Amino acid sequence: MKRKHRRLMFVLFALVGLGAATALVLTALEENIVFFHSPTDVAEKDLPAGRTIRVGGLVVEQSIQKQADGVTVAFQITDMAHTLPIVYTGILPDLFREGQGIVAEGELRADGVFAAREVLAKHDETYMPPEVADALKKSGHWKETDGTGAEQ
Amino acid sequence: MIAEIGHYGLVLALLLATVQSTLPLAGAARGHPGWMALGPAAALGQLIFLGLAFAALTWAYVVSDFSVANVAQNSHSAKPLLYKITGVWGNHEGSMLLWVLILALFGAAVALFGGNLPETLRVRVLAVQGMVGFGFLLFILFTSNPFDRLAMPPADGRGLNPLLQDPGLAFHPPFLYLGYVGFSTAFSFAVAALIEGRVTAAWARWVRPWTLAAWSFLTIGIALGSWWAYYELGWGGWWYWDPVENASFLPWLAGTALLHSAIVVEKRDTLKSWTVLLAIFAFSLSLIGTFLVRSGVLTSVHAFAQDPERGLFILVLLIIAIGGSLALYAVRAPTLRSTAVFAPISREGALLVNNLLLATACATVFLGTLYPLFLEALTDEKVSVGPPYFNATFLPIIAPALVAMAIGPLLAWKRGDLGRAMSRLWIAGLAALGVAVLSYVAAGGDGILAALGMGLAGWLFMGAMVELAERIKLFRAPLGESLSRARGLPRAAWGMTVAHAGVAVVAAGVTASGAWKTESIQAMRAGDSVEVAGYTFTFEGVKTVPGPNYRAERGTFTVTRDGRPVAVLTPEKRFYPVAQRDTTEAAIHTTWLADLYAVISEPGADGAWSTRIYHNPLVPWIWIGVIVMGLGGALSLTDRRHRVGAPRRTRAEAGAAAPAQA
Repeated sequence: MKRKHRRLMFVLFALVGLGAATALVLTALEENIVFFHSPTDVAEKDLPAGRTIRVGGLVVEQSIQKQADGVTVAFQITDMAHTLPIVYTGILPDLFREGQGIVAEGELRADGVFAAREVLAKHDETYMPPEVADALKKSGHWKETDGTGAEQ
Repeated sequence: MIAEIGHYGLVLALLLATVQSTLPLAGAARGHPGWMALGPAAALGQLIFLGLAFAALTWAYVVSDFSVANVAQNSHSAKPLLYKITGVWGNHEGSMLLWVLILALFGAAVALFGGNLPETLRVRVLAVQGMVGFGFLLFILFTSNPFDRLAMPPADGRGLNPLLQDPGLAFHPPFLYLGYVGFSTAFSFAVAALIEGRVTAAWARWVRPWTLAAWSFLTIGIALGSWWAYYELGWGGWWYWDPVENASFLPWLAGTALLHSAIVVEKRDTLKSWTVLLAIFAFSLSLIGTFLVRSGVLTSVHAFAQDPERGLFILVLLIIAIGGSLALYAVRAPTLRSTAVFAPISREGALLVNNLLLATACATVFLGTLYPLFLEALTDEKVSVGPPYFNATFLPIIAPALVAMAIGPLLAWKRGDLGRAMSRLWIAGLAALGVAVLSYVAAGGDGILAALGMGLAGWLFMGAMVELAERIKLFRAPLGESLSRARGLPRAAWGMTVAHAGVAVVAAGVTASGAWKTESIQAMRAGDSVEVAGYTFTFEGVKTVPGPNYRAERGTFTVTRDGRPVAVLTPEKRFYPVAQRDTTEAAIHTTWLADLYAVISEPGADGAWSTRIYHNPLVPWIWIGVIVMGLGGALSLTDRRHRVGAPRRTRAEAGAAAPAQA
């Protein structure tokens, strides 16, 4: 094999690999992207039930209720314009508390309740998830003081 | 006063960085030895002044000087001493100070141990190192000064985030930074080589130990972070493909590729411009990682307080560093001509495959991590990309890399014989089959893909052993000869075998823990039992116990298997009054084949506690495997030191003899 042929082979090999990887990435992205929606989006946009999405907002004061089984928790989140009821089975993060900005991943049920598979609160109480901050800004209830810890 | 000395140290270090990045460079271009000599001196001076600054900040933390804003915001007088010290880098300003200190450490190391480098190369490497230091010192002084004073010092500090009050903080960030920042040396070597317009085998031999050191530190650092999250967060998992985790994994992937391509440059004098590019990428990805973590542009479970303005500053630094080095690369790379040719089936070919796969894996992780940013910038849609994407892309790319990893080392340089290599690997094939069948049966016929993954780990492990056996002619020569061959084997060869075996152990742990984890969530009262993966967990109740600066609710589980006691687990829920926060302390008992993992949450109205219990098979193997990998890196490094440090004569020869084949 001449040098030119060898190089050509490497290039072909690399192109095939690149193509395969691109195909892999595109299909994986297509199937696995999770869109974020604010409670207002959920209320106004008529989102399909059963698709995995993320929602986020502030946990409504005094909305946290433990169900009879002892491990399922129901609570509401708000972007100050609309609220969204959420149920979650499992142990909530340590920083989950009333008034805290959280993001939940799961599915919207047909009855309008959001069934969370995962609840994300942060390691740091001054941290606000950027999506939640934006949702609050959109609904006009953003105060710089509860922002992303500019003090820190 | 102490704080002002620290601040002064920072300013002096900045001045030295300015000198280090300009005059010696001009000196190297004009052949002015006096100016060139400034480089190493400035590098050492930087280390001294940054060491001083770091010591000053540590002192302010130890004596709880709350007139320093940084201490007041992140420390508390009642905190145990260990966390006062580690708290120095448990916040943004302090961690950036640690960052530049380690950068200066590597700069000084090049100045001290680079005696056998050609003088112009050493000086140029130091100059590039100085430029990076200059940028980050500016960043610290203008946006993140840890020595800012408060006009009205508070009576006590606000305390350290309780999650960070853990021995993990003592080790994870320093190791991670030693890795991240360590790649700056490879970057500086690459840029210096581009300035010189020359990449030689000798260059690769000098770059390798620095890359190896950074890689070993980063490997350990990532694993420490993963381990810390595993036992501290109480979620039972050790990796979430979270942006902050990916930020540390990206430079690791690029660095691993660099480590391997540098071998090809050293031994065969080819793949030069690619290697230079990888060196630039590895450090660029470290910078991008710093940006992602510091700016808070992506939602992360590990995010701490951030400031977008600082993110912007780092972004500008990033653009200058990456853009500048890539522009230089574009101009100079065509001059880096390679001489050697090789067949597709050869050691070089195998290393190239390794590089292509690692680079592709790196690209897919990069894309998935930053995709939400791209999409939001283009369409204003908010999305997140989670573990399913990464599993669907990363695993299929990395699996062939593991297959090839066993074969590559058995191929000869230049032209290899695939059939011969495969025929030597028959025992590895057998091991793969055996392990796959065994784990399939052990898992009760659950998860054929996972069983194949276990087989792959078995293949790789035996492959590494076969390669070692080949080298020492085990069973083909008398045992005595094999032993003496083993003793005579270069440390780098041992290092490779050990590191590859470590990867196999990690692969087994990752596969098994991902596929066969058992999780059980329930409400329990004292006396209740639950069965998880054949173990019976009996909840004995909860007691309140005091801690140094917290109060803990400690639950007790007795674990039995077939009536025989196995372990007592005492998970805690801690409350820190200063921060008004809870933390979860998981209790873990390891059998070395699996972890039994228990967590308690808050009690319900009826006195029942929410509890979560996991059976995590082979998770300990991940930590063991990583330690083995780090050991392999260290072994290989000791070899390098002998070969790079000892012969003084290379200095004289370096200019003329360097291009000679090693």
